[in-house]
Amino acid sequence: MTLTAIIFAGVLTYFTRMTMIALISRDMLGDKIKAVLEYVPSAVFPAIIFPGIFINDFGTFIEMNDPKIFGALVAVIVGYFSKNIIATISAGLVSYWFLIFVVFN
Amino acid sequence: MLTKKQLFTRGMLDISPHMLSVIPFGIICGAIGVELGFHPYLVYAMSFIIFGGASQIVFLQLLSGGASSLVAVASVGIINSRHLLYGAVLSEYLEKLSFIKKLLISYVVVDQGFAESNKFFKKNRSEEFLHYHLIGTGCTMWVCWQIATLSGIVLGSFVPEELGLKFAIPLTFIAIVVQDLKKLDHVIVMITCGLSSLLFFDAPFKSYIIISPIFALFVAALLLRLKK
Repeated sequence: MTLTAIIFAGVLTYFTRMTMIALISRDMLGDKIKAVLEYVPSAVFPAIIFPGIFINDFGTFIEMNDPKIFGALVAVIVGYFSKNIIATISAGLVSYWFLIFVVFN
Repeated sequence: MLTKKQLFTRGMLDISPHMLSVIPFGIICGAIGVELGFHPYLVYAMSFIIFGGASQIVFLQLLSGGASSLVAVASVGIINSRHLLYGAVLSEYLEKLSFIKKLLISYVVVDQGFAESNKFFKKNRSEEFLHYHLIGTGCTMWVCWQIATLSGIVLGSFVPEELGLKFAIPLTFIAIVVQDLKKLDHVIVMITCGLSSLLFFDAPFKSYIIISPIFALFVAALLLRLKK
C-alpha cells in the first residue's frame, strides 16, 4: 500500500528532524564537535548544489559548455556582491534563460 | 529584546526570498506525482506527512519505476538524514524549550529554514524567544509548500518545462552559502562536499546526500586541528 509507505517515510523523516533536537542534550556534544558543527551549512548544501548543476535529469554529467554552469557562476558573483537572495536566484535564472533561449536558439 | 511576534515576523521575512525557488519546485513536485500516475490525494498526503521537497519526488519515482516500498522508504530516510545535522546545530538554541515544544517545532525544520534561522541565531544569541524565528521560517515554508504542491496537483504542470525551473533549487542554496566563500576553510569544506556528491552520485539509495556532508565534516575537523 502506497499510503502505508508514505506514512513510514513520514515517520522516518520526522525522526531525522526530531532526534537531535529533542533527545540529545547539548552537554552530550563536546566542544570539538560543536566547533565542527559550525561547518554544517558549508558541508551539506554543496551536496544539493553540485548535482543540481552538473548532473542532468538522466543522472549523467552535463557538457562543460552547459548553460547551467554559466548561470551558477553568475549567481555566485551576483550573490557574493549583492548579499541578496532574490538577486542571486534571478541573476542565475535570467542568465541561464538568456543562453538557452537567445544564444543557443 | 524582541517580542515573540517580532521574531516570528523576522523569520517569515528572512525565508520569504527563497519562495522564489520553492514555489515553482513545489508545483513541479505536485505535477510530477500526478503525471507518474499516483492518486492526487496520495501525492498531497506526502506534502503533509513527509514534507520534504526532493525526497517526495524520489519516493514516487522509485515506486513508479517498480522499486519495492522498502527501498522507497529507505531512500526517503537517507535523503532526509541530513536533518540530523541541522538538529545537532539547532539543539544549542532550543535547549530551554519543553520536550513537547521540541517535538512540535521539529516538524517544521527544513533546509532553508535551518539555514536562515541558524544565521539569525548566531547573531542574536541573547534573545529569549529565539525559537519563534525558527517557527516563522518553518511555518512560512510549510504553508507555501502545501499551496505550491496542491496547485501542481490540481492544475498540472502549468509551469513550462522549458524554463528549467528546477535549476532554481541549486541557486537558492548558492544564495545561502555564497558569503562563506570569503573564508578559505569553508571553501575547502564546500568543495570537498560538492566533489564527493558528484563522485558518490550513483551510490545506492541517494546516499551521496549524507555521505558527502560526513566526508566534508571530517575535512572540517582536520582543518580545525591544523588551525591550532
